[in-house]
Amino acid sequence: MVFRADLHIHTVLSPCGDLSMSPEAIIETALARNLQIIGITDHNSTLQAPLIAQIAAEKGLAVYCGAEITTREETHCLSYMPDIDSLGRLQDYIESHLLRIPNNIDKFGYQLVVDRDENIVLEYPWLLISAIDQGIDQVAAFVHSLGGLFIPAHVTRPMYSLVSQLGFIPPDLNADALELSKHTSNIAFANGLGRKNKLPVIRSSDAHFVVDIGQNFSEFEMESPSFDEFKMVLKAIGGRRIVS
Amino acid sequence: MTVKELVDALNLTVVSGASGLNKEVAGGYVSDLLSDVMGNCDAGRIWITLQTHKNVMAIASLKDLSAVILVKDLKPEPDMALQSEEEEIPVLSSSLQTFELAGKIYDLLK
Ligand SMILES: [Zn+2]
Ligand SMILES: [Zn+2]
Repeated sequence: MVFRADLHIHTVLSPCGDLSMSPEAIIETALARNLQIIGITDHNSTLQAPLIAQIAAEKGLAVYCGAEITTREETHCLSYMPDIDSLGRLQDYIESHLLRIPNNIDKFGYQLVVDRDENIVLEYPWLLISAIDQGIDQVAAFVHSLGGLFIPAHVTRPMYSLVSQLGFIPPDLNADALELSKHTSNIAFANGLGRKNKLPVIRSSDAHFVVDIGQNFSEFEMESPSFDEFKMVLKAIGGRRIVS
Repeated sequence: MTVKELVDALNLTVVSGASGLNKEVAGGYVSDLLSDVMGNCDAGRIWITLQTHKNVMAIASLKDLSAVILVKDLKPEPDMALQSEEEEIPVLSSSLQTFELAGKIYDLLK
């Protein structure tokens, strides 16, 4: 079966994420746009993802929970976790390495965790768009130690990407795939990067506003939308593959 | 001026790649975006940065730079230091931050 996935979506927790990006709005929009899998990847935080996964499960939408981590080099890297326990450990890891810069709401925007009824349950105090004090190879190793997936984001973007920050993709980087977001103008170039580095390439929206959700997506040939199936898609095991 | 003379003048720490200390310094370049250095830095320059990833050495070698100086007492990651030895391009370290260090080097080279 082919499943349509947009694996890079921000919520009200990201300071740059629109206040309309509530769990309900994200799920309803994803379903309306025929997505079967979404990824919740706020900047340097996993805290809004579990609730979205829980509500989405009731509606038949699969959610891969993770974060978009800013490494010491200021590359943005998507990190997805296999279960709630490992997600909690990723959260602890990020928090122990995040620079403690207080968020300035007027300049950067709100960083909110909300409940099912959109009541605010937490206003996260430290600025989430700063970097953590861990290099890209350290983050990749940590994510893999918990059975997670590590996918550098919007790799050809002129800022905060592997290519902008590190000049080129390190040949021995332990990544599971490369991501292209809507920022990518040169898809042929990016696909070439993937081939050259022998890494699969996925596409997603990097949605910060409801209107962005599903504007860019990948389609996977897989047996079910489970996280383990997605791992097999990236390794092209047993006929599973990235269709587009 | 050679890299060695610059090290002595500014009391820099030689972290790795000491075999390249007699390279001539043709100028300097300051950037933390490796893509920018790859596109815009000329050969023979010393490169001031806070990036400690091994790609720094690949680009220093590609652009034939004379040395890399890490600011604020930063140390290269182990594989960056290793590559500096192999490429014979010194990695130096300074306790100064970029603005102050670049100012001093500018004065010495002008
Ligand atoms: Zn990003
Ligand atoms: Zn993003």
